[in-house]
Amino acid sequence: MNMHLDPRIADDRLVSRGLHSLRRPAPATLLGDVLDRIGLVDAYVEVPGPIGPLFVAYGRRGISLVERATDAGDFEQAFRDTFGRPVRRVERAPQLIERVIEKRVWGRGGQLKKVPLELDQLPEFDREVLRKTLEIPRGEVRPYAWVAAEIGRPLAVRAVGNALARNPIPFVVPCHRVVRSDGRIGQYGAGGPDAKRAVLEAEGLDTSELEQLPAAGVRFIGSDTTGIYCYPSCHNTRRISERHRVALRSADDARQAGFRACRVCRPVDAPFRAA
Amino acid sequence: MAVPSADDLCQRLATDLEAAFADLVKEHEDLVFGVALRVVGDAASAQDVAQEAFVRGYRALRRYPSERIRELRLRPWLARIALNQARNQLRANRHMSSLDDLTVHPVAGDAGPQSIAERNDQARMWARLLDGLPGRYRLAVAMRHVEGLSYAEIAEALDRPLGSIKSDVHRGVALLRAAYDAEQRAVASQEAS
Repeated sequence: MNMHLDPRIADDRLVSRGLHSLRRPAPATLLGDVLDRIGLVDAYVEVPGPIGPLFVAYGRRGISLVERATDAGDFEQAFRDTFGRPVRRVERAPQLIERVIEKRVWGRGGQLKKVPLELDQLPEFDREVLRKTLEIPRGEVRPYAWVAAEIGRPLAVRAVGNALARNPIPFVVPCHRVVRSDGRIGQYGAGGPDAKRAVLEAEGLDTSELEQLPAAGVRFIGSDTTGIYCYPSCHNTRRISERHRVALRSADDARQAGFRACRVCRPVDAPFRAA
Repeated sequence: MAVPSADDLCQRLATDLEAAFADLVKEHEDLVFGVALRVVGDAASAQDVAQEAFVRGYRALRRYPSERIRELRLRPWLARIALNQARNQLRANRHMSSLDDLTVHPVAGDAGPQSIAERNDQARMWARLLDGLPGRYRLAVAMRHVEGLSYAEIAEALDRPLGSIKSDVHRGVALLRAAYDAEQRAVASQEAS
């Protein structure tokens, strides 16, 4: 069929269809260029990390995504998938971001008033879990059950684990410092249990001791001079001299023996303890 | 994820401009680029114009009180910024318009090379016919039928009465129809002889 041999009288619909075919999509680079011009584009840097280099992305709200640095293209795609906007690689992060990385990843530098993080894309529960996890000091660990109790959801232990497993900001938000109550190291999104152990060792924690104590039934350490009991990695525990240390099996046992909970590490029993 | 409504976008722009601005660009970049392309004629200049238009828009939004942002009609507002920016660009630098830029583009979900070629032929013809319209009708017709703005939105973007926009679009479409018919007759008589 050759439409040229069959001249038709055009109607308005034909005209509007024809004109509609002139529509063109904006070039794919327009969004990134615009955000760049007005200083809203997100950026990322490569920095050293405890178990190899890290990519750290940040925007105006703070750090938004951290991964172990393997493939830059994968990281940029992961960022786009998460936030729906582009990210650009830069040589150096702004001073505030550098200070945050220095403090959170290496424990160096002065106290930060607030850790700037972009968590808006996460559910409220995940944000609470991550904010709480930020409070765990370097070189110490807390059980999942502790995070659950601290955010007022003592039974949501498994949900805490899931939220930490999808932590978009590992190393900065120290999900590696949250372990199982039974002493097992637990899962780790940034490279599995071995990576988790390595990050904790890099912070000066003896992970074999960490795993041995609960295996021997010891969950808490008390001091017979102060009458206070703590998590084994609490810095207050380290000040107890060997002959005043009391091994405790549970918070119930501790209380019955007349100990009170440390106000710094606030130890709790797991809600359903395995027999 | 639900597609946010226009009002919702204004609301978000009013409460947190920096967080919502990327969504404004994503939602309206085709319109801004399209309007720019209609005026400046080539894709590279249109991209510059669109970029500049969004930057200006952002700066304007930073100055506006939040009540004003909440009540903005984004499409005509952005179309107007794009038009002004495109006209500035034209004045600064008279560009030759390249017909290819106006027409050749990949058509998503198309059947194959044959139909893409056919469509591009068709698009090229419509671009030529549109270009042949008197200036007074051309922009109004393009905004209505290429970019899909409503009459009210075009009136607002061009700051002209609704009635005169409607009549310009109708006159323009009538002229296009006549030009199309004339072209088809010319082709037919050529092939017949």
